[in-house]
Amino acid sequence: YILYILIYIPIFVFVLLRKLIKEEGENDFQEELVIRPLHSGDIYASFQFRTLWETDFMRENKVSHYRLFPKSLGQVISKFSVRELHISFTQGYWRTMQWGQPFLPSPPGAELWVWFQDSVTDVDAAWKELTNVLSGIFCASLNFIDSTNTVQPSASFKPLGIVNETDHRFLRYATLPREIVCTENLTPWKKLLPCGSKAGLAVLLKSEKLFHSSFFSQTVHIRPVCQDRECKTTSWELRQTLNVVFDLHTSGQGKREWSLFKMFSRTLTEACPLASSSKIYIDVTDNPQEEYFELSPATPLLSQAVVLGDRRTFSVYDLTQQVTFGTVRSLNLLIRWKSTEGDMLRPLLHAERYVAGYGLQTGEIHTVMYNNHPFRSFPVLLLDSVPWYLRLYIHTLTVTSKGKDNTPSYIHYQPSKDRMRPHLLEMLVQLPPHSVTEVTVQFERALLKWTEYTPDPNHGFYVGSSVISALVPSSVAMDTNITQEQPLFSSFFPCKEESSYFVRVYTEPLLVNLPTPDFSMPYNVICLTCTVVAVGYGSLYNLLTRSFQIEEPNPRLAKKIANFIRRIRGVPLLS
Amino acid sequence: VAYLCFYSVQLSNMLAAIIMLIFICFCVHFQNTAGQFFSSGHTNNWAVLVCTSRFWFNYRHVANTLSVYRSVKRLGIPDSHIVLMLADDMACNHRNPKPATVFSHRNMELNVYGDDVEVDYRGYEVTVENFLRVLTGRLPPSTPRSKRLLSDDRSNILIYLTGHGGNGFLKFQDSEEISNVELADAFEQMWQKRRYNELLFIIDTCQGASMYERFYSPNIMALASSQVGEDSLSHQPDLAIGVHLMDRYTFYLLEFLEDIHPASKSNMNDLFKVCPKSQCVSTPGHRTDLFLRDPGSVLITDFFGSVRKVEITMEAIHLTDPILQLEDGEEVQEKTYSYVDQLPVSEIIHQKPKQKDWHPPDGFILGLWTLILLVFFKTYGIKHLKHIF
Repeated sequence: YILYILIYIPIFVFVLLRKLIKEEGENDFQEELVIRPLHSGDIYASFQFRTLWETDFMRENKVSHYRLFPKSLGQVISKFSVRELHISFTQGYWRTMQWGQPFLPSPPGAELWVWFQDSVTDVDAAWKELTNVLSGIFCASLNFIDSTNTVQPSASFKPLGIVNETDHRFLRYATLPREIVCTENLTPWKKLLPCGSKAGLAVLLKSEKLFHSSFFSQTVHIRPVCQDRECKTTSWELRQTLNVVFDLHTSGQGKREWSLFKMFSRTLTEACPLASSSKIYIDVTDNPQEEYFELSPATPLLSQAVVLGDRRTFSVYDLTQQVTFGTVRSLNLLIRWKSTEGDMLRPLLHAERYVAGYGLQTGEIHTVMYNNHPFRSFPVLLLDSVPWYLRLYIHTLTVTSKGKDNTPSYIHYQPSKDRMRPHLLEMLVQLPPHSVTEVTVQFERALLKWTEYTPDPNHGFYVGSSVISALVPSSVAMDTNITQEQPLFSSFFPCKEESSYFVRVYTEPLLVNLPTPDFSMPYNVICLTCTVVAVGYGSLYNLLTRSFQIEEPNPRLAKKIANFIRRIRGVPLLS
Repeated sequence: VAYLCFYSVQLSNMLAAIIMLIFICFCVHFQNTAGQFFSSGHTNNWAVLVCTSRFWFNYRHVANTLSVYRSVKRLGIPDSHIVLMLADDMACNHRNPKPATVFSHRNMELNVYGDDVEVDYRGYEVTVENFLRVLTGRLPPSTPRSKRLLSDDRSNILIYLTGHGGNGFLKFQDSEEISNVELADAFEQMWQKRRYNELLFIIDTCQGASMYERFYSPNIMALASSQVGEDSLSHQPDLAIGVHLMDRYTFYLLEFLEDIHPASKSNMNDLFKVCPKSQCVSTPGHRTDLFLRDPGSVLITDFFGSVRKVEITMEAIHLTDPILQLEDGEEVQEKTYSYVDQLPVSEIIHQKPKQKDWHPPDGFILGLWTLILLVFFKTYGIKHLKHIF
């Protein structure tokens, strides 16, 4: 008896203590990969990694025990009182007309937008420090984000997470279209994952294959989300997504046959042990009876999801089940095409942007938006952020649809200040059905000071992409319940109504040439000025101050001896 | 008996003296080995590797820097102690036929870019100002740790520069240059602030020896790939990539370093012999007069590797008890949260415009109104003034 008491009392005490000690919130990690064959023969792979953590970063006692959530990001959130953080690094431009809509859109270069908490007093200082810290975490030159390329949108970029009220004073948005993405950005991104790149789907992320693609994008999204249907408690969600489009000819060698090994030069052997779910989805909607392509190894699991306004069917591979890997203990999906027929669903909304005009003084920016829906019109919010050295003439702003004037129902314009602030133009435009809407504005190029040019000014200067946010009518009823059973790629944008879904389209960035001076001119000017001063002033000075003295030529030897004797005698010398 | 006592005392004295002598010999021996253990005097290693050239045809300078980075990482210096500055991106350049790779050998044998590279300063950030700030430690307070050189007075630092240079200067990014006087002054600042224990400076540019002529701080050893008046040449082009892959000096330096492992005993004299004139076409130079130790006793791994010295202490350290956080009590949440509408059209249209801050009227407006008033009173006479005021 005494023995039993001795054993049970400590266990009892331990359990009591555990109840008293505040338990760390639940950690949950899910990973998934979606593969969508595109109509042009390319293939689109999208990785999504999500970590959910029930904790409160804003409380007084600092969070000190991190398990699946990366510590570097947790410290950033608590130090800068960040409510939402969205950062993306993209190489290449997403071709909407050929590839359809992406699951998560991103503009070329680097994009960062952050919602701060209401308690932050100096948002600009916090923003500056935050960009510096993030540039160290992601090995990117995000420290070039300053007041000349940061804007504060007034209606776009509403928070994607839980929020009490939205005061746009706490929002900051910046893009760096020139930012290069390479292995040094992928390495710290992979380190943020709980399993790193050692197990699970992240094993496939090899930089030599990923950067040899038409489009590569890696993003990090942090936001507070509802934990369950009632939404009484929130938890922090960290989503890391990686979108890549492999080209048929450069990576596929022209053959229309894709496999995991061909895309990533790796196969899968296990799921991440820390993940609660690890799945691969292959989009087979266009292939109901396997007439276009053949998928091997076959899988009995099928799932349907409503994504981007369309009901799609997916074949699912569950990596947590050992049977998925078969007898060879590795999974190499193979998609082989039999015929090349079938057409693609035209995207309902897409946009283009270009610079018109000639010469190095003036120009015109044209933004063209296409509404391909046959009978429905919908509103779009256009956000344009133009650097200060392209001076926009807003009185020349015209918005035309189908040849007629289309007045926007909301315009917000903030003019630029030289070397301090860029232009910000936000417009809410109603796009008529089956139409083309064109927004044009004229600009004039400014002459920069010679120290403000980059070391390669003849490359040109970049203007960031326009952002078009729209509520596009969907042909299928969207699911407005936020449940956990939805696959990750379809549950990113919260859905409020069933008849439309939210989409964000980015246009191309622009490359404009500014009048470039000849940088050897300062050297030329210094040489010329010094020469002129030396020759001109020098001669004048000589003329004014030089006095002439007559000097006898060297006397003959006899005269020299005679003068010598005369000097001894003390008698005046011969001239 | 007295003689016996005397002799025994003498004998015991002698014995004691002999024992003392043997003991002292042992002590000296121990001290020698201990001294050897601590002879280099450094406890941590840092590396600052800079490539200063931009544009695709300067691929070889990036390959130079990355091959030194690779050797230094292989020999043990971690990424947190390496400040890598690359002025342009060659790996993901659109002209690179094999993206995410930088090769150092023809036929693409060795990819020096690797899979876990971390570049701290890249692109336009590589400027003379940033380089000097990194060296002297005068960085803005919000600079992250990975971009700082956090060395102390027991750090051995390896500094490697490559790019285009001339007699007394090194060109940064085709738009500015650093002179040898500035560099020497920066090293003197580092010495005054005790930011290094010993410094190894390697430079691979044309007329590289001119860059170390002006050093005057102690404990610096310098190597250059060519003397004043000579050009450093590139090694071999790759026909698939279309550019020269490496410079000769760094190519042979990389080959030499590939044979070094963390426990090797090669010293600096071997490093001075790398790339003689027959292989390099230029004459490599070195400068050791400012260095206090003999180069023959300096190990290569003192600078290229990261050999940690351990100091043993006998003190006991008391760990604090872990903090137990008690629950605040059950908080009953009454309110429900919800997501925000992403595009609330009616809300946007009826948005109240932001309260613009009131600014006093600008000088222009004031001047305009003064002009209008003056003209008014000039035409209509001054007697109307009393109607206004």
